[in-house]
Amino acid sequence: MAHFTKATSVKDWLNQRLAIDKVEKVMASEYWIPKNINFLWAMGMVLVVTFVLLLVSGIFLLMYYVPTVDEAFYSVNYTIMREVDFGWLWRHIHGVAASVVFLVIYIHMFTGIYYGSYKKGREMIWISGMLLFVTFSAEAFSGYMLPWGQMSYWAGMVITNLFAGGSLHADGLVEWIRGDYVPAQAFLGRFFMLHVLLLPLAIVGLIGLHFAALRIPHVNNQDGEEIDFDAESKKYLDGDKAGSKVIRFANDFMSKDIMVVGIFLIFFFYLVFWNYSFALDPVNFDPADGLKTPAHIYPEWYFLWSYEILRPFNIDLGLILFGFAQVIFVFLPFLDRSPNTCPANRRGTMFKVWFWLMLSNMIILTAMGKLPPEGVFSTIGLVAAIVFVVQWLALPFITSREKKV
Amino acid sequence: MENNSRRGFMGKAFGAVAAVGAVGSLVAMKKTWDPLPSVKAAGFTTLDMTTYQEGVMVTEKWRGKPIFVLKKSAEVMENEKGNPEAEARNIKIGNDNFMVAIGLCTHLGCIPAFRPDENDFLCACHGGMFDASGLVKKVPPPRGFDIPPFKIDGTNLILGEVGPEWQSMKDNGVTL
Repeated sequence: MAHFTKATSVKDWLNQRLAIDKVEKVMASEYWIPKNINFLWAMGMVLVVTFVLLLVSGIFLLMYYVPTVDEAFYSVNYTIMREVDFGWLWRHIHGVAASVVFLVIYIHMFTGIYYGSYKKGREMIWISGMLLFVTFSAEAFSGYMLPWGQMSYWAGMVITNLFAGGSLHADGLVEWIRGDYVPAQAFLGRFFMLHVLLLPLAIVGLIGLHFAALRIPHVNNQDGEEIDFDAESKKYLDGDKAGSKVIRFANDFMSKDIMVVGIFLIFFFYLVFWNYSFALDPVNFDPADGLKTPAHIYPEWYFLWSYEILRPFNIDLGLILFGFAQVIFVFLPFLDRSPNTCPANRRGTMFKVWFWLMLSNMIILTAMGKLPPEGVFSTIGLVAAIVFVVQWLALPFITSREKKV
Repeated sequence: MENNSRRGFMGKAFGAVAAVGAVGSLVAMKKTWDPLPSVKAAGFTTLDMTTYQEGVMVTEKWRGKPIFVLKKSAEVMENEKGNPEAEARNIKIGNDNFMVAIGLCTHLGCIPAFRPDENDFLCACHGGMFDASGLVKKVPPPRGFDIPPFKIDGTNLILGEVGPEWQSMKDNGVTL
């Protein structure tokens, strides 16, 4: 451009320098959204809002948190909870949001699977989303370390021990990750860094990638219908708003998003003010003690299903299947061989059963992961873990036999 | 043509400089995460083995890890007779026999609890059990308790230093 005229307004001045009109069109007013999508598509916006809540509450916690093994526990449980005015509020928002964000991520994920939103041209949306899931998991784990309570310490011990690779016995690697023979100051310091800087930075970058991946293939819809976005948006701009299959993202679709976000926030703040304790494990209110294990070690609820896949097998097989469970979702777009992009219930019995079995099986794994590994619960957990693996191995075969609908 | 080869040369030269820089910074990053010298130096503990009582399990600390010390009673020694695996794990100091082991379950690193009545260890996390010699009684643990590197010095046991007794245990596959 480089040809400037005297600005007629502040907006015009900015427009000549930042092209805000164009940006607004690309990002909002001419970003087209199909009309036939339901409230489940608002989960993306719910996640953005939850992430902002985590970021803001985290910044306030960061001001008084002290990342040393002697002071971390008391800086959280005494300084922030009792001394800092409203410190409890930031902690409860942060703790509840960290838990709820996973609930919404799982809903978001299973919505994508149910409606086939990972298929045909939308693979990058799915893959970037799964990378976000992995990064969020690392973020949640590193954050769980920081109060330096008993559960923090022993979760750190158990999870870093996984990197020894069972019989490979890579103790050197584990000591390198910890910077000590056991979780100690070096460990706390580096997980503090990961939690407040490196991983959030990665998350912000991946959110950018996730949105960019959505911009060109556009969002899927309830019927998996292939919409000609150019033709439909032209119709809309020419005035046929009722006949067009698409609407503007802002402010039209966003108004619906914001309604869902509003309902979500009522639920969220109900939890923050009246039921925050579900996100705070009682064991973590004992300061870390390297010479005493809590009787029962379990992860937060959102990791239970993959923990339960690790548990019933011997350490090597358990680790392999655990690794399998962590990465297999990423490959979903390539394992699903069917030509159909439509809701699971319309894709024929096989995939319908696959979907609902996968969903129920993960709920069963979650429940068994929380229960002590004894008797019948052990057996149910073992069967559920095997079903999980078999289902993924069977996916390419059952989907390639699917007829075009 | 001449220009192209010049550009190619510049590209390769830049690539080489960048590769050296990248390797150098990776080395620095790797080393920054290594345990500090002060952490490594603190890795020795001396135990006075005359202070322990028969059948009473004491937890010591070495490198931040719990160390189980159990002076074996005559009854336990009797039970072990004819069990070469258990006998190989004995640490003899004077006339006394000890089990000294890192008190972390070899499955995922929880601390098993000693049960004096049963003379064994139960790990509550995943139900693993170890006997009084530190051998696996019930899976999932893949192997018995690890024995920390030790050196016998009179009636003292120095943890963290490799003595001939520990070296032979390691060579014979008794511990890792």
